[in-house]
Amino acid sequence: MARETGITTARSFSPRAAVLIAFLCLARFCAGQDTPMISGGVGFFSGTNKGPTSFTPTAMPVVAIPITQHFLFETRDYLIEAVTPRKNNQSDQTLLLKGVSFLQLDYLANRHATFVAGKFLTPFNTYNERLTPIWIGNFQDNPLIFPIGNMGGGTTGGQLRGSLYSSNRVNIDYASFFSANVGGKQFKSSRSTGDRIEAYFPKQRLEVGFSIDKMFEGNHPYATGAHFWWQPSGGPMTIRSEYAHGTHAQGYWMEFGYRLSQFKGPDSFIGRFEPLFRMQQVFRNSPDSTDALPGVDTQRADFGLDYFLPHNARINTSYSRQFSSTGNGNIWKTGLVYRFMFPAWPGKQ
Amino acid sequence: MRRQTLFAIALMQCSCLLGLAQTAGTPSPNKATSKPSAEQTKPAAIHATTEEQGERKFRENCSRCHNAPEDLPPRITGTVLLHMRVRASLSEADQKAILRYLAP
Repeated sequence: MARETGITTARSFSPRAAVLIAFLCLARFCAGQDTPMISGGVGFFSGTNKGPTSFTPTAMPVVAIPITQHFLFETRDYLIEAVTPRKNNQSDQTLLLKGVSFLQLDYLANRHATFVAGKFLTPFNTYNERLTPIWIGNFQDNPLIFPIGNMGGGTTGGQLRGSLYSSNRVNIDYASFFSANVGGKQFKSSRSTGDRIEAYFPKQRLEVGFSIDKMFEGNHPYATGAHFWWQPSGGPMTIRSEYAHGTHAQGYWMEFGYRLSQFKGPDSFIGRFEPLFRMQQVFRNSPDSTDALPGVDTQRADFGLDYFLPHNARINTSYSRQFSSTGNGNIWKTGLVYRFMFPAWPGKQ
Repeated sequence: MRRQTLFAIALMQCSCLLGLAQTAGTPSPNKATSKPSAEQTKPAAIHATTEEQGERKFRENCSRCHNAPEDLPPRITGTVLLHMRVRASLSEADQKAILRYLAP
């Protein structure tokens, strides 16, 4: 019995786990504030989309292992179980999704350049890199235009990114990548290339950026995008927006958030609320059943209300009304998210 | 008996006077805060400026996407900042300023 267990363990010991352990061993040499960390979020979500309700417990762990001050190994995985209750005493329909969002090795060469190799989040506009973590995004659903330019979210290849210029007036960042034709379930990728450049004005709290992607396979689809973020006066209001144009469709989303921290502080009962509004539209130029975008012109208005609980927990709620020629509908979402962050092993503070 | 009482009172007064003299010779923490010497002012001012700068950088860069975590173990602040330097394309100077602010 013991032998059987040993064989099973050896078989299920994936190369990825071996890489992770190897990096953890290397990271043992790091000291002080550079202890490897385990971070991420867990959440329980429910959604009612034009009738049926589903529940999706989700875990999204992040592991970051620094190896000296120049190398960083980092990975983020996801585990999502979609549960859809069925009527007439039938058993619930469940679907387990698990995968790698990114698994990359970063080499911080100098103050202007960081080289990234592995599977990374496609640097197109802002949503994919910044707002897909469940503990950050205000709405459960990705924007309708998310499939444009993001290539499914992840890309396997190499990337060069960093800060081009930084001062008190403006910060200019860039990201440039290429991806190879890679098979496999978790690291599947197509030959493509892309660039993004963005400028952030700290005094105005304003950011603008432009992105471009080009794929060298199939019909050689391309995508261009622009984003605009603004925090007026550095206050509790946040405006985020993106525009994306693809081969067969184009669209935008605009999100407004207002944290009520002006009322008795951010830790008061009222101050923990954040009302949200997101407007989004997709315009179809030509049909394409494979691009994961709505088949017809679609508009959606999302009304959200988040509540920031103590201890890094948050309640997300939203109501959306979607309009399209195939039918209008209501979408209700609620969720509870907990964000965690701790060192990979115990030690002295 | 009366002489002994007077001697005890005189002794107490002396000890009180000595105590007062000692207190007057040593600057109290409050006084030190209100009137620091020039040498003391410089590092404190630099520390305050650095902290303000770090806080400003934190608000400018990190608060664009998320709130500050309520509990950040000091042992992983360097790792978090390295991670965010790549993810958010932080400049090296901003990374260091925020690190000094989060883990002075």
